[in-house]
Order: sequence, then C-alpha cells, then structure tokens
Amino acid sequence: MGVKKFIVGNFYDEEVLFPAVKKTRRAGYKIHDVFTPFPIHGLDKALGLRDTSLHTAGFIFGITGTATAVGFITWALTVDWQINFGGKPYFALPAWIPIAFELTVLFSAIGMVLTFCYLCQLAPFVKKDHFNPRSTDDTFVMAIECTSKTNEAEAISFLQSVGAADVQVMNKETGWWIGRYDKDTIPFAKKAAVAN
Amino acid sequence: MSLLRYESQVRPPLVDGNKDYHQVTEDICRPVEANPSKLWWIGFLISVALLIFGIISVVMEVTYGVGQWNLNKTIGWGWDITNFVWWVGIGHAGTLISAILLLFRQGWRTGVNRAAEAMTIFAVMCAGQFPIWHMGRVWDAFFVMPYPNTRGPLWVNFNSPLLWDVFAISTYFTVSLLFWYSGLIPDLATLRDRAKAKWRKFFYGVASFGWTGSTKHWQRHEALSLVLAGLSTPLVLSVHTIVSFDFATSVIPGWHTTIFPPYFVAGAIFSGFAMVQTLLLVTRKVLALEDYITIEHIEVMNKVIILTGSIVGIAYLTELFIAWYSASPYENFAFMENRVNVMSPYGWSYFIMMFCNVLAPQVFWSKKLRRNLTVTFFMSILVNVGMWFERFVIIVTSIYRDYLPSSWSTYYTPTIWEVGFYVGTFGLFFTCYFLFSKFFPVIAIAEIKHILKRSGDNYKEKMEGIEAEPTLQFAEEQLHGHH
Repeated sequence: MGVKKFIVGNFYDEEVLFPAVKKTRRAGYKIHDVFTPFPIHGLDKALGLRDTSLHTAGFIFGITGTATAVGFITWALTVDWQINFGGKPYFALPAWIPIAFELTVLFSAIGMVLTFCYLCQLAPFVKKDHFNPRSTDDTFVMAIECTSKTNEAEAISFLQSVGAADVQVMNKETGWWIGRYDKDTIPFAKKAAVAN
Repeated sequence: MSLLRYESQVRPPLVDGNKDYHQVTEDICRPVEANPSKLWWIGFLISVALLIFGIISVVMEVTYGVGQWNLNKTIGWGWDITNFVWWVGIGHAGTLISAILLLFRQGWRTGVNRAAEAMTIFAVMCAGQFPIWHMGRVWDAFFVMPYPNTRGPLWVNFNSPLLWDVFAISTYFTVSLLFWYSGLIPDLATLRDRAKAKWRKFFYGVASFGWTGSTKHWQRHEALSLVLAGLSTPLVLSVHTIVSFDFATSVIPGWHTTIFPPYFVAGAIFSGFAMVQTLLLVTRKVLALEDYITIEHIEVMNKVIILTGSIVGIAYLTELFIAWYSASPYENFAFMENRVNVMSPYGWSYFIMMFCNVLAPQVFWSKKLRRNLTVTFFMSILVNVGMWFERFVIIVTSIYRDYLPSSWSTYYTPTIWEVGFYVGTFGLFFTCYFLFSKFFPVIAIAEIKHILKRSGDNYKEKMEGIEAEPTLQFAEEQLHGHH
C-alpha cells in the first residue's frame, strides 16, 4: 500500500456529490475513494465499482453447513454408532432437517461476516489513516489520487468548481496497521511516493 | 433506485423536527457521551441487585441440587421452562424488526431496530440460562454438544427436539449477535471520531474495527445486511417452531398439537413487541429521543401487537375446538377440565392468559388508544404477563394431572430459589440493557441518515413540489438524475 498523495474535497450534500463524482471521472481524475457517513445507493455504480460477490460467498458457506450437518449426522447415526430410536430407520433424514437448516444459517452467517471483515480489513486493533473525521458524521469526502501527471493547482480548482469545500492536498497511508486510536502511531514515514 | 425508494407524502414523517445529518449524530450520541443520569444509576443498581439475587438462587440450586425447586413427580418442567420459552419468545421481536421488516422495506424499522436487536440478544442470554441450570449437574452441560468422547463415542440424539433446541438457540444467538454488531460498526466509528477522552478513543477505536466509510465497504456492508436479514427471517421462524416441537412432538395431551409452530411464532412476536414497547417508551423519554422513536413507531408496533394477539386468540380457540372434535377423552380432559374449568386448581391461570392476550389488546382497535403512551405502556406489561401465563398454562396444566390420579394431589408452587432465578434473569436483562444504552448508540445513526431525506420532517415539505409533477416526468428525472 504505502503513503500516497491525494487531493481531498469535502461535500455536504449527496445531491452535489453525485454530479461531482461523474464530472471528476469524466475529467480523467483517478478517484481513490469516497468516504460517506451512511450508504448511498448508486454511488458504487457512479464510481464504477463492480458488484460485490459477498452473496456468493454466503451461499458457498451455507451449503458447506448443510453438507457438514447431513454428512456428519449420517456418519454418526448410520455408520459409527447405530442406535434404534423407537424402531425408526437409522437414516432418519426428516428428523435431521432442523439441525441441517440451523447449521446452514450458522455457517453462512459466520462465514460471511468473516469474509466481510477480511475484505474490508476490519478487526479489533486495526488502525487506518483517515482522511477526515467528519466523514463518519455529515461530510462526504472525495479523495483524488495524485499521479505524476496531475497538476495539483488545476485539480484543486477543478474540485472547487464541482462543489467541493475545503479542498486540501494530503499525504495519506492507504494500508492498515495494528494500532490504537488514542495514540498517534503511524508506523510509516509520511512521505508520498507518487505513483505513475 | 431513487424511484423505488421514493416515499409518498401521505406517510407521516419518521424523523420529526428540523434535522440535518450533523444534528442526527449529535442527538443520538449525546446520551452516550454525557455522564449517566441519576435515574440511570438507580435503574442500573436495582438491576445489579436483582442479578445478584439470581446468582445466589442459582448457587443454591447447583450446591444442593434441583431439589431446591418445587418440581415434583408429574411437574418436571415448571417455572424454569416457562421462563425459558417466555424469554426466547421475547427475543423474537428484535430479529423480526431488523430482518423481516428490512426485507419488506419498512422504513420505520430504522428508529427501533438497534434497541430491539440488543433486546433480542439479552433475552436469548436469559433464556439460555434456564435449560442449562435445569440440567442439575451443570458441570456436565457440554454433554449436549456432539464431540468425540470416551463413551463409544456415543453421539447425542440428533433426532431429538431437545437437541434441535441446542442448535437452534445457539445459532440464533450467534447470528443475532453478528447482525447486531456488524450494524453497530459504522456507528461506533462515528463515536470514535467524535471522542475527546482518551479511554473513549481507545474503546471505540477497538470496537469500530478501523471502519472508514469507504464506498466499497458500504456496498459490502449493505450486501451483508441484506443476506443476514434473508438468513435471519427463516431462522427466527425456525427457532420458535423448534421450541414448540419440544412440546408438540411429545404424546402429552395438551402438548400433542400440530398448531403449535405457527401459534408459538405468533405468540413470540406478540410478546416481543410488547417488550420492545416497554423498553422504548422508557428509552425515548429518558434519552430524549422522541424525534426518532415517534408516536408513529409506537402506533405501528401496537398494530403488530393487535394482529399477533388476535392470531394467538384464534389459536387458543382452535385448540379448544380440536380438543372437543378429537373426541379423545384425554385431550378433552386436558383442555376442558384442567384449563377452561375455572374451578380446577389452575383454572385461574387460563383466564388470566385469555384476558391479557386476547381481550385486553382489543383496545388497540381505537386509534386514539394506540397513540396513547400510558395505555401502550400499561398494555405492554399486561401482554407480557399474559404471555408468561400462556407458557405456564401450556406446561403446568398439561402435566400436573397425568394418567395416574394418585399423583394428582400435589399443587405446584415455586420456591424462593425458583422465583429468585427468574427475577435474576430480569437483573441480567436490564443490567445488559442499561450498559448498552450507556455505551452504544441506541438508534442506528447511519440508517437514520439514510432515510432522512425520504422521511425526515423537513425534507417531506420539499417533496411536495415534486409530488405535484406528472408521474412520468418525475420518473424520467429520477431515473436519469443520479446514475
């Protein structure tokens, strides 16, 4: 990941943000990310992000759960240790539906949450370099990544022209590290290595 | 998308007052950031005292055995399993609000879902205590898990409803916890970024997992919430269905009923919503959140209460009819003699149940009473009393007179330690709820902001002009506006 240089603009209304995102992309700037206090429908499309495949992961975890339950119970009650419960067959599939269902849900839920945390790099004691603390309150923060071709002054005035307030140039670490929010621990020197 | 999400002017606003995004943050974070009030301390200390009483009761039971309870030869399940089913039932409203109403796109859920989900988790924690401590030799409780053991390995009975319960309740608890916490992460990040005190920065920094609010992360978060809601919806129905199987798959007259699963699920939602009302009426007042948990929210939940209460009422009558129609003398005896006969030893409990669950909620046909906070609060307590008696009636009146009349004489009343255990779970529940309301935002901040421009009071007015436009023109603009 490493430290990169960004032009950062703030927006206070999603009605302004949407056209700004489109204009910025059309002008050829590389939008690193837009940080918002709540999910905004359609913003992912506007930024050109592809759909998430978290659903597929959930489905795969789910059928793993079903297979685990049915497979294990079948083995335990028909192969490993057969017990005659009231003369019923050893392979009593209808009676296993509740547990098979519960394990489907359990595996799917746990698997999806862990996948989500992995993909978004979320965990206790994970620290990241935030662009603007107000982005979890009422501010939509757009960060444009500077490349060797970016004319900073031009980019700043462009962002201002599409409605951004308080536009600044910032060097930000884009990765994560193990750290605490009550201490200023940035393990990397904040020196921008400008990407090409 | 915008067109689909457009909400008619006819609907009353879900957020009152002239709010913007920052004001929403301020309002909901204020109780978390301020020092706890005197009222909070009083409530919290009472809860802790009740919890200590509960712990003492459990210690007595574990030290001297289940004999400390008044369970006897025919009544093997008394207060403990009554309380278990009661608490599990209460736990159902949270998931109903957070999952089923999310799938049905009910915007009003955003004001109440966070607190209701928390309530679910605490209620399931309380419920779990009862079967565990009822085991008696609680140090062997892990026997219920299928693990390789030195007894063969002899596996647990996967065909038994009691084992299904183990899986259902533990899955329900885990999934509710994950659903609740994944929703909390963005709001904890809001608290982290506002924090001034060192311990707050540390605590909310750890708890918010390094959330940034990146668009991609929100996209995944939305997908996660939706799929978890989709999973929780059948889950919540399955949990109380399986709890009802504990009874329905037996051959005890009064329990051996095919109507139990839907009847239990309706009853669970009924009592759960009543508990949500009790908690939220107090929470909105004490934390000054009347703009977010509005009278509209209260009214719509009262509608759910009268609906589910009436379903439960129909189930009671169906049970009676089927008992008569079955022409089975045992079924008939269990219903007509042990329950409906008011002169029978437990007849009184049947009529308390009927009054609280079926008759009393009918007051909510009146709009005026649905919107009356005092009536709502009183009714919410009454419904939960009624639902406790429903489980008591099902359990005790079905088993206190078994097939051997010589064992009929014993009248079951709980001992102080049975009562203490029940009271102790109230302590556990409210201790957790007080801590939750102090350290976590009781309303989902991000979700309120998400609906603010569609359902906020001040934005409703702005929509009036747009509403006057011809539909087609509006649709065109909305479709081509954003994307």
